[in-house]
Order: sequence, then C-alpha cells, then structure tokens
Amino acid sequence: MSTINLAVNGQSVSGEVEPRTLLVEFLREQLRLTGTHVGCDTSQCGACVVMVDGKSVKSCTMLAVMADGCDVTTIEGLADGADLHPMQQAFMDNHGLQCGFCTPGMVMSGLDIVNRHGNDLDAATVRRELNGNICRCTGYQNIVKAIRAGAKAMGD
Amino acid sequence: MYEFSYHRPASVAEAAELIANAADGKLVAGGQTLLPTIKHRLASPSDVIDLGGIAELSGIVVNGNIVTVGAMTTHAEVAASKEVGEAIPALAALAGNIGDPAVRNCGTLGGSIANNDPAADYPAAVIALGATVRTNRREIAGEDFFTAMFETALEEDEIIVAVDFPRPEAASYMKFENPASRYAIVGVFVARTAAGPRAAVTGATACAHRAYRLEEALQADFSAAALDDFEAPVDKMNSDIHAGAEYRAHLVKVMAQRAVAACA
Ligand SMILES: Cc1cc2nc3c(=O)[nH]c(=O)nc-3n(C[C@H](O)[C@H](O)[C@H](O)COP(=O)(O)OP(=O)(O)OC[C@H]3O[C@@H](n4cnc5c(N)ncnc54)[C@H](O)[C@@H]3O)c2cc1C
Repeated sequence: MSTINLAVNGQSVSGEVEPRTLLVEFLREQLRLTGTHVGCDTSQCGACVVMVDGKSVKSCTMLAVMADGCDVTTIEGLADGADLHPMQQAFMDNHGLQCGFCTPGMVMSGLDIVNRHGNDLDAATVRRELNGNICRCTGYQNIVKAIRAGAKAMGD
Repeated sequence: MYEFSYHRPASVAEAAELIANAADGKLVAGGQTLLPTIKHRLASPSDVIDLGGIAELSGIVVNGNIVTVGAMTTHAEVAASKEVGEAIPALAALAGNIGDPAVRNCGTLGGSIANNDPAADYPAAVIALGATVRTNRREIAGEDFFTAMFETALEEDEIIVAVDFPRPEAASYMKFENPASRYAIVGVFVARTAAGPRAAVTGATACAHRAYRLEEALQADFSAAALDDFEAPVDKMNSDIHAGAEYRAHLVKVMAQRAVAACA
C-alpha cells in the first residue's frame, strides 16, 4: 500500500491505495465521489474525465499514485452549494443530456475547452475538441449547444 | 489489473537501475497505452517505473536547426509549443491531432515511439524528418528505430531520453484517421530537405517505414502531380475491418499528394 496526499475539489485528502488502484477507483470507491463515471475499458469514452492540475485527464487511465500531490477537480467540485456552475446550468437549459451517464465527462471536457479556446466557441471547435467523449443517446447536437452556451455564460 | 510494485525515480540513472533489477519491469510514461494494456491483462509487469518525476526528460529546446523534444514531453505540449510551431509546424500539427485532448495531456513522444503501434502518428515524423532517437545508452537513427509491429531497436531496459528533429525546408503530415480513435488508417509524412525529399508512411503496413518509392517519385519534381502515376504495393498493405488493402494503397497515394501540396 502507498499513502497519497492530494487536493480534491479544494480539500486536502489522503488515502491508502494499492499501486494498481486507478484514480477513478480512488475517487469513486474511497472518496465516494461517484459523479465520475467509467463507461469503457479502452480509454475512449471520456465519462471519467476530471481535471488534474488544471488539465483534463481520463481518470481511468491514471494510477491514483500518479496523482499524488496533485490538485484534482471532479464534477462534484463545480456547483456552489445549490447553485449550479454555469456549464452545468447550460446542460440543463439546453437539454444537453438524456440518460446522463456521459454528462460529467462532457461537462469537464467543456470546461477544458473553455480554458484553451475561450468563451466564444464555434460549433466546429467544440465538436473537434469533444472527440474523446462519447454519448450513446445520440445527443451531440444539444451537448454542443450547451457547451457553447456554458462557455458564453462563464464569460458574462 | 494484477498487482505490481510502483516506483517513481528522480533521475534516468535511478530508473535504469530499477528496471535492470526488476523481475519484469515496465516503464510508464503517460500510461495511455500501458495502463489499458495492463487492465486487459495483456501485460502483467512485476514493477512499474514511472518516468513522470524525472525533470530532465521533459521539455523542448531549439538549437540551430535541431529541435530536441524530451521523451516525457506530452503531445499537448508539443502541439502548443511556439518553438516547434515555428521550426517544424507539421510536427506541432501532428501532435495536436493525436487522439483527444485528455489523451494528449498525458501521452508522450517517448511512449508513442517506444510502443510503435502500426497506426501511430509520431513514427512517421521521426522517420521522414531523419530524426535521431537518443537513449540512455546510444543514438539510433529514426529510420532504424522501428523494426516490426510493436517492436523497436530498443533493448529490454533501454530508456529513450529525447528525439532530435532536424528542421526541414518544408514538411507536412496528412492522415486519414479512424474516426473513433483518431489513429491513422493511413498517414503520410513528407519533408523537403536540403538533401532531397523524404517520406514515411504509417498505418498502412506492419509498422511505419521510410517510403523510398515516394521519395524517388518526388526527386525531380516535388509536386502532387509527380505522384499522379504512383501506385503503392497492395500486397504489403494491412487489411482489417477499418480498411481493405486496396483502399489503403489508394490512401497512401492520396495522403502523399495532399501532404506534398500542403508543403507548397
Ligand atoms: C483513446 C486513445 C486514442 C489514441 N489515439 C492516438 C492517435 O490518434 N495517434 C497516435 O499516434 N496515438 C494515439 N494514441 C496513443 C497515445 O499517443 C499514447 O500516448 C502513446 O501511444 C503512448 O504514450 P504514453 O506516454 O502514454 O506511453 P505509456 O503508455 O506510458 O507507455 C507505452 C510503452 O512505451 C514504453 N515507454 C514509455 N516511455 C518510454 C521511454 N522514455 N523509454 C523507453 N520506453 C518507454 C512503456 O514501457 C510502454 O511499453 C491514443 C490512445 C488512446 C487511449
């Protein structure tokens, strides 16, 4: 077992993990932050995307020990009490989800797109940047709309 | 995943010692290939040695006509690098089209070339640009590095330190990508250099290779039209659910023509 110390959603946490424990397993099973989902075992679906030191990472493809000392943000870290984050609100307003399974990863990737491309996003950019996030309810139209609206709201 | 021990050395020398002493050690860089492989139990190393704590393996330095990219430099860093963008824009563009943003934030140059996936992008650049792979033991010419599917010239516990890319006069990489993974169904990297045209093909055959016949066809006239009659050998092409051999052979020509046209 190894001891890891990291910040998760602004709070310092420490945990005992096996070297083979994935970051997503640590988040879900030890911290009970079950908003981060696992949708595949090929690192392709993006349901597990979280921010590690400000960068989007597939938490199913990082060992928990590799995140030792890092600053991690999950979907649970976005809302301010009962007030949803503008990107979450935009998903709600634009019907950017159906079953909701892929949504945490979509929202985190949406934030990553805003970080790198700013608040005024065209649809082509969002579609290209979302190629590591798969939705199986065939809802991309509204996801793209939601991310563009969320990006705009974040700039207001 | 089976159990393994984890190590995070602070220097290349320490990593070399750890891997040499492990029963069945594996280096991990970005983990974007190795971790899925371990999950699927296609690999079960006794020890995983994380190169992530070794500062000397990361970074980009331009020295005259040579762009040196450290083995642990991520695809996202190469894509965003002003230095690479100025010296070899085709290399920055290639890195920016690998996989997806999250994969690019972790995946590294060293991991990509050590893995030598037959559909990987970087091998085409390493070969076509005439790059040199530097390890903790020696220097290996880019075109001698990729030896067979998932096989390289690396010895069991050799560590890639950096790759030196000479700056070409012009270069371009065109890939016809698998829409799900973004891996190359066929990718062609062409470069116009002082010593003549250079080209490499990835995705099409068992592993990325130098495309001498493309180079020959471009020797007298570096133009897309010079490849109008070019035919890639169908019998050497991969054939799978994504594309048949004849289609791939056709794509080699089309991607090569587009890459040459983009050099103008
Ligand atoms: C969803 C998805 C899409 C992808 N799409 C593409 C794509 O479009 N094009 C593409 O080219 N690739 C693609 N990849 C692969 C990606 O580029 C990987 O990052 C890369 O193949 C491996 O790099 P890594 O740093 O993650 O290496 P790791 O997975 O950590 O290691 C891979 C192998 O390299 C060895 N290794 C790592 N570093 C060194 C070193 N310094 N010296 C010696 N050996 C070393 C390891 O021991 C291991 O055997 C994709 C991956 C995923 C998950």
